[in-house]
Amino acid sequence: MLNQSDILQTLDMIDQQHLDIRTVTMGISLRACADPDVRVCARKIYDQICRKAGNLVATGNAIESEYGIPIVNKRISVTPVSLVAESCESADYAILARALDRAAKECGVNFIGGYSALVHKGCTPGDSRLIASIPEALSTTDLVCSSVNVATTKAGINMDAVAEMGRVIKETARRTADADGIGCAKLVVFANAVEDNPFMAGAFHGVGEPECVINVGVSGPGVVHFALKDVHGQPFDVVADTIKRTAFRVTRMGQMVAQAASARLGVPFGVVDLSLAPTPAVGDSVARILEEMGLETCGTHGTTAALALLNDAVKKGGIMASSHVGGLSGAFIPVSEDEGMIAAAERGTLTLDKLEAMTCVCSVGLDMIAVPGDTPAETISAIIADEAAIGMVNSKTTAVRLIPAPGKTVGDRVEFGGLLGSAPVIPLHRESAAEFIARGGRIPAPMQSLKN
Amino acid sequence: MRAIMTVVGPDRVGIVAGVTTLLAALNINILDLSQTIMGGIFTMTLLVDTAEANRPFDEIRTALKEHGDAQNLNIRIQREDTFTAMHRI
Repeated sequence: MLNQSDILQTLDMIDQQHLDIRTVTMGISLRACADPDVRVCARKIYDQICRKAGNLVATGNAIESEYGIPIVNKRISVTPVSLVAESCESADYAILARALDRAAKECGVNFIGGYSALVHKGCTPGDSRLIASIPEALSTTDLVCSSVNVATTKAGINMDAVAEMGRVIKETARRTADADGIGCAKLVVFANAVEDNPFMAGAFHGVGEPECVINVGVSGPGVVHFALKDVHGQPFDVVADTIKRTAFRVTRMGQMVAQAASARLGVPFGVVDLSLAPTPAVGDSVARILEEMGLETCGTHGTTAALALLNDAVKKGGIMASSHVGGLSGAFIPVSEDEGMIAAAERGTLTLDKLEAMTCVCSVGLDMIAVPGDTPAETISAIIADEAAIGMVNSKTTAVRLIPAPGKTVGDRVEFGGLLGSAPVIPLHRESAAEFIARGGRIPAPMQSLKN
Repeated sequence: MRAIMTVVGPDRVGIVAGVTTLLAALNINILDLSQTIMGGIFTMTLLVDTAEANRPFDEIRTALKEHGDAQNLNIRIQREDTFTAMHRI
């Protein structure tokens, strides 16, 4: 039989250190749902999702019960809706968002992602219509998540789309003003978006994916933090090794659950996403891991180096534990969803500029950050452009999920509840970037040699 | 299926008797058993086979938990795979 202390250690990770599977996400192709009549298209989308994902939640719950490991979220990602809707004669795409919302509720999942467009080199009429409909789609649905890819390393940055997304974020905030602009918490602007990401709000089912697939996102900041307490004060070699060992164990859980879900649902296994995804719960924070390494507060000097080590060690440890690794795979730093990040932002140590630096070395980007409600659209676009530039030049995924909280200013708080958490409104530079954003056009793709 | 059961709580007379009687009633076979006292706390791990059990897994888990709650013990059961995945390469 297994060693008793190993058994008790595993139970301790689950009970005391918040070890869980963060999400089992079913990717579903909607490519067969296109129709000139938008209402027929909506019905086909609803039927396809309910047919494929009808048993997802029940299966997830059964695995949770038998294996004794919590599966926090069951979710669905779909083909970017702009591709499916392109042939619709109507411009009213929000009907399709509401069909996604109904299907998600029927299946019992807590989010559905893929109200998305990929416009890194330019927009088709369908892409433009979808982007224009995002504020309505997110303000008239509960579970739909939207993402727009505005840049890639190979194509450069579509600055027209960047400018448009600043306005879309502002309008989405305005339409959901009664809930602190929560619509923006469901909207991600990407550079180098991945096709198999199981995490919301940026999940969509990419065009290279099969008809249906199971992707799993793991978690475990609490487990890593706990393990590092045992090597307090020791050199970074020991720190990196400890994180790798822990990440290996966490990822093995993800692989096991992914294979079980895949077999029971009769759906191919896609990837395990090796991410350290925090929650607002105490003891489940990425910021606290960085502080455990010796930083007084997350955001102070040294934070970027600490995060770089963490991110790399998580990947190195996790990669051997899974047969297929993909998605975003790295440490997440969503401010409102991480108890330690919230505390650091409230102290003023964790600023937007430091967060931007941190995104150079981790997954994924400026995530769940509340900014003043009167922030101009051009400033939001300029932040998106900066973040996209980091992703483009460094050949990595970056993203922006900002919430310009209506009526709120620096020092106020926004409350989203649940996994989305709460966050202080943090200051931005007041100087304008309007002329920069007004130029439009495309920033050319960067050199990928002569790297310095 | 093979599952790992853990029973943890303050030591006293009759814990093993109570748990194993319940397992027998559920027609669950014990394959291996290890018991110790750690810091005054009774700790027992069992490898069991539920293939011939007379109740579905969910109900077994609930029955064990109810027994544990009544006896001031923390009793859990889960697939052996959870532990082999984490501790065996």
